[in-house]
Amino acid sequence: MSNVGSYEERYRGFDWKMAEEDLGYGRGGIHNLAYYCSERHCESGLGGKLGLIWEGFTGEVKRFTYDDIRTYSNSFAQFFLEQGLGAGDRICLFMDRIPELYISFLGILKMGGIVQPLFSAFGEEALFTRLEDAGTKAILTTRKHLPKVRRIREQLPHLERIIVLDPDGKPPEGNEVHFAMEKAGRVDRFDMAKVDRETPSVLHYTSGTTGKPKGALHVHSSVIAQYLTTKWVLDLRPDDIYWCNADPGWVTGTSYGIIGPWVCGATQVVLDAGFGAAKWYSFIARHRVTVWYSAPTAIRLLMREGLDVVRQHDHSTLRHLCSVGEPLNAEAVIWSEKAFGRPFHDTYWQTETGSIVITNFPGMEIKPGSMGKAFPGIQATVVNPKTYEPVATPGSVGLIALKPGWPSMMRAYWNNQETYSNKFKNGWYIAGDRASIDADGYFWFVGRDDDVINTGGHLVGPFEIESALLEHKAVAESAAVGKPDPINMEVVKAFVALKPGYQPSDDLQLEIVNFIRKRLSPLAMPQEIEFVASLPKTRSGKIMRRLLRAREWGEEIGDVSTLEND
Amino acid sequence: MAEDSKQLIIDYVKREYLEEDSGQEVNETTKLISSGIVDSFSMVSLKMFLEKKFQIKIPDEKATPEAFDSVENIMNLLRQFITI
Repeated sequence: MSNVGSYEERYRGFDWKMAEEDLGYGRGGIHNLAYYCSERHCESGLGGKLGLIWEGFTGEVKRFTYDDIRTYSNSFAQFFLEQGLGAGDRICLFMDRIPELYISFLGILKMGGIVQPLFSAFGEEALFTRLEDAGTKAILTTRKHLPKVRRIREQLPHLERIIVLDPDGKPPEGNEVHFAMEKAGRVDRFDMAKVDRETPSVLHYTSGTTGKPKGALHVHSSVIAQYLTTKWVLDLRPDDIYWCNADPGWVTGTSYGIIGPWVCGATQVVLDAGFGAAKWYSFIARHRVTVWYSAPTAIRLLMREGLDVVRQHDHSTLRHLCSVGEPLNAEAVIWSEKAFGRPFHDTYWQTETGSIVITNFPGMEIKPGSMGKAFPGIQATVVNPKTYEPVATPGSVGLIALKPGWPSMMRAYWNNQETYSNKFKNGWYIAGDRASIDADGYFWFVGRDDDVINTGGHLVGPFEIESALLEHKAVAESAAVGKPDPINMEVVKAFVALKPGYQPSDDLQLEIVNFIRKRLSPLAMPQEIEFVASLPKTRSGKIMRRLLRAREWGEEIGDVSTLEND
Repeated sequence: MAEDSKQLIIDYVKREYLEEDSGQEVNETTKLISSGIVDSFSMVSLKMFLEKKFQIKIPDEKATPEAFDSVENIMNLLRQFITI
């Protein structure tokens, strides 16, 4: 029997208060989510239980009990205070998936700070944009990524502290300080910051069609939704060994790669290594993983490696599989049944929603290719894109809309009230995705409603890419769109018009590709560049991305009456 | 020829995927993909470089993380297309 039991019964008469009571949230006036991820288990006598098993790419393994997590996160919190950091300060995590990443996340919250996790593959421009916008006061990083931070620190007057977690014995430079977690030792007692339900906790940046990336701000009481969705959708139990593939630089990696498993008291395993089918399967076998939360891109890469390699490893411990990031195609669901004897369950949510909102529940009939049904406590529908009224006819495509009010919903876009307000129409939060609902209440994903590119489950904003492209000496103008890709669903394709004196060539293509990879990130890197004489524009001079995108997808081009030429 | 090609790839990886002062070393057996030096998205740029430099076309099904996981593996992959 799954944790959720009967979906229909759970949906009827659902009240988030039930989740609060189940978790004991707010008992004793404690609202700090870090407490529910560490102290609470230690107080219940589970301090000796393993909370984190970490494995590096060389095979090195480190194990941390809940008491280790509690005392080391206290140690971080104490150190932050000693550094003059305090409540409400934005503290960025910028490192690979090392144990310190997971544990310092709780340390920041315990101190009362706001965690700003950023993907460690971000280049200096992507990093700068997000640190500047958030007015980030401190950044935790490692020597591997320190050069990127050093190159931009002079332009970031708010950045008072650069905390290096793996010092090499050389004295710190400028505003750098050193803190080696295990050498620094443990702090047994730390007076955790008193926060309330609405105190900001995590600031995750996400991309939009226009403008700079937006910081979606979450609060401590988000833990209520993250707890219940982990329990009901991922079906996590305290005796599970849980593996989430996501990097905590992205929201899945924090909501379900730190908070979810730890609030449920499970043992989570982390593999700090790149993709490799045999490596992944042997990791599952070695650690006897029971619940696995992955992504369609990873599943499609595994599919490409075939079934033989699956059968060379023991995966008999796996009992529940879930997926997130982009629509899970029917073929992947069917393949996973062949490979593991059970299907991947697709889950749908966003940085802004903070937790799963539409999903396939354990025990529910899966319609391969469908997103599933709304989570209890979430009122979800699709609305007409003009009137924002719910679409009544089953199968009709509209915009996914959610009634605001669940605990993990973002509370703001950092310093961007206008964009935040625009996300709400007619009393609904408009997610920016198109879908239909069938007669049985299952949602079916159709696509994005804007120009944002979903590549490998990560959203990339075309504006940010185009702005960076213009910084290349040879680029006169550009447009970035998503093009279909069998593994990543979409990858970035850039159309580039060159300045006089430059000629298209393979060398130039590679140079531009690497330029974007280093300035922004590998995700934003165009996987193809098409050199063009000019770009299609409206009469007002706006580049018509939708026309270029439609061409890539073989779709109808639609109304081109505003096109400047042709 | 093989040594030249090997060095060419090592130099490219160091120049393009490592920070100048990171102190990381690369040789022919250094893990590139599984160590995170080159991630799965960046593999595309490495593939572009190899195709351009060696005037070949590497089919997507052969451009696997394993095939790109070290300079040694990359050399073995290249030998399927050219004599080096």
